[in-house]
Amino acid sequence: MANSDQAAMPTPSAPLSRQDGRSPWKRRYRKYVVPWMFALPILLINIIVVIGPSLSAVYYSLTDWSGIGAGEFIGLENYRKILFSDMDYRRAFLNNLAWLAFFLTVPFAVSLFAASMLARIRRGSMFFRTALFIPYVLPAVITASIWRNLLSPTLGIGALLADWGISGLDVAWLGRPQTALISIAFVDNWHFWGFLMVLFLSAMQGIPPELYEAARIDGASRWQEFRHITVPGIRPTIVFMLLMVAIWSFLVFDYVWILTQGGPAGSSEVLGTLVYKQAFMRFEAGYASAIGLTMSLLAGMVISLFLYLRRRGWEI
Amino acid sequence: MKRLFRQRRDISLLPNYILLIILILFALGPVVVVGFNSVKDAASIGRNPLGPPTEFKWQNFPQAWEIGNFSTTTRNSLILVVGTVTSVLALGGMAAYALARLKLPGGGLLMLYLLVGSSLPVQLFLVPLFFLWRHLGLVNNLFGLIIIYVAVHSPFAIFLLRSYLVGIPPDFEDAARVDGANEWQVFTVIILPLSWPAFLTVGLVVGLGVWNEFLLATVFLTEQHLFTVVTSYYNFTSRFSRDWSLTSAAAVMMIAPILILFLTLQRRFIAGLTQGGLKG
Repeated sequence: MANSDQAAMPTPSAPLSRQDGRSPWKRRYRKYVVPWMFALPILLINIIVVIGPSLSAVYYSLTDWSGIGAGEFIGLENYRKILFSDMDYRRAFLNNLAWLAFFLTVPFAVSLFAASMLARIRRGSMFFRTALFIPYVLPAVITASIWRNLLSPTLGIGALLADWGISGLDVAWLGRPQTALISIAFVDNWHFWGFLMVLFLSAMQGIPPELYEAARIDGASRWQEFRHITVPGIRPTIVFMLLMVAIWSFLVFDYVWILTQGGPAGSSEVLGTLVYKQAFMRFEAGYASAIGLTMSLLAGMVISLFLYLRRRGWEI
Repeated sequence: MKRLFRQRRDISLLPNYILLIILILFALGPVVVVGFNSVKDAASIGRNPLGPPTEFKWQNFPQAWEIGNFSTTTRNSLILVVGTVTSVLALGGMAAYALARLKLPGGGLLMLYLLVGSSLPVQLFLVPLFFLWRHLGLVNNLFGLIIIYVAVHSPFAIFLLRSYLVGIPPDFEDAARVDGANEWQVFTVIILPLSWPAFLTVGLVVGLGVWNEFLLATVFLTEQHLFTVVTSYYNFTSRFSRDWSLTSAAAVMMIAPILILFLTLQRRFIAGLTQGGLKG
């Protein structure tokens, strides 16, 4: 059947090929040159902006370069410094790992919970979905400034609770080394989890309702339904988002920079803010390139681990 | 009997509604507080930092507009958004058309290249790109930043537009080609009018991304007269961080257009963003 369909296909475009067939040059022009004229402009822009500088970052990472003039080639010295002597790098890296641990758990728990609540209701579900998505479309500078005030010890939520007699929360969340990083993660998550929730919700809507009906007849509890039907039903979405969130966790910049610039005393420094400082404040562009490259390597390692586990037969 | 069943069902869903309302308060409460504080004066914020306003100080808005230099920053941001969106739609649309329709030789390689390119983090190419751009005189230049935004956003645009174009039946184009139209005419006269929903979705996602973007705008636009609403707001809040009423008024002016646009076109926004538009 399929074959006869394919055989019938060329007929409508027969006049086209006759037109092409005028001269071999013209045919080649239509086949190769015209399509590439359509694709070339964006490809060139992408090469100039993304791939070219990415490749030269590999070279610059082997130099001592201030950003002006020619860099001095110093081999793997930058990487030796990263691995063995730079305490700022080590702390930033550990903060990125803490960030990773936070973002692989908290937003997933909250958004899975909310999505499974929302998947059951019909009336008003559109309203809830839209409302919970709103924080995701706000710019980071706004989100950060709102929460800087809400987390303030004198004007924020902590002060309000202290007035009501619940003391202990009116502290400078962003101003203390112990709480700065977790507070930034909290603010970023406030902005982010609604996005995750909507993704999970639309995946959940693809689960056949008969599965839930069968489970209910068997007397399954809500938790059992969630554990044995909902989670397996949307597993591809969950795993893909775990992968993406893990990659993003090594690249975080905006919220940290806007809220604390890595402070106080480097307690919330991450690799993203360290690159920025090295390149544009300390004028160590070569070293900054090396740090940027390690960030990409970390993201690449996450992808490789994912592919490796999948090849080993993990159902992810 | 049916009615009874529905009532029972609604009651069993009551906990769901309660928990969702709590989550909505968590998600929107802070936005509401900003709305409250945008019309308070500094003294009443000190007395009542989170509650609804008792008197309305509308002058906060013109004052924040003036101090935040909003007429300049809005113009800059609009130039970036319009420049980027039109270029991404035109150039990305052309590439998507070549991939979907013209059997681009080597198209698979181009897709692979775009996939790899779009997964490279900004921090990898940021530093060399900055010094290249400075060498070319494109730092502190809106056009220079537009080129970067176009490059960063085009892979997403090409993937989404391509998958839409693949689904359009080829009959119209073939008819036009038989009538002697060249590929450019087919693209502009046949394809664009047929695929505007996909172009609109891409335009909204890219426009929102550019309007909200922080890192590249901070690095590549350092002169005050070129600040975008976002980078200017960042400077504004570091200078006036004590004045919560002014920063709230500025915030309201910044997010009002985003919210109005989002709420009117929310289905399209959500569909586009969840197809991988923007990073968290």
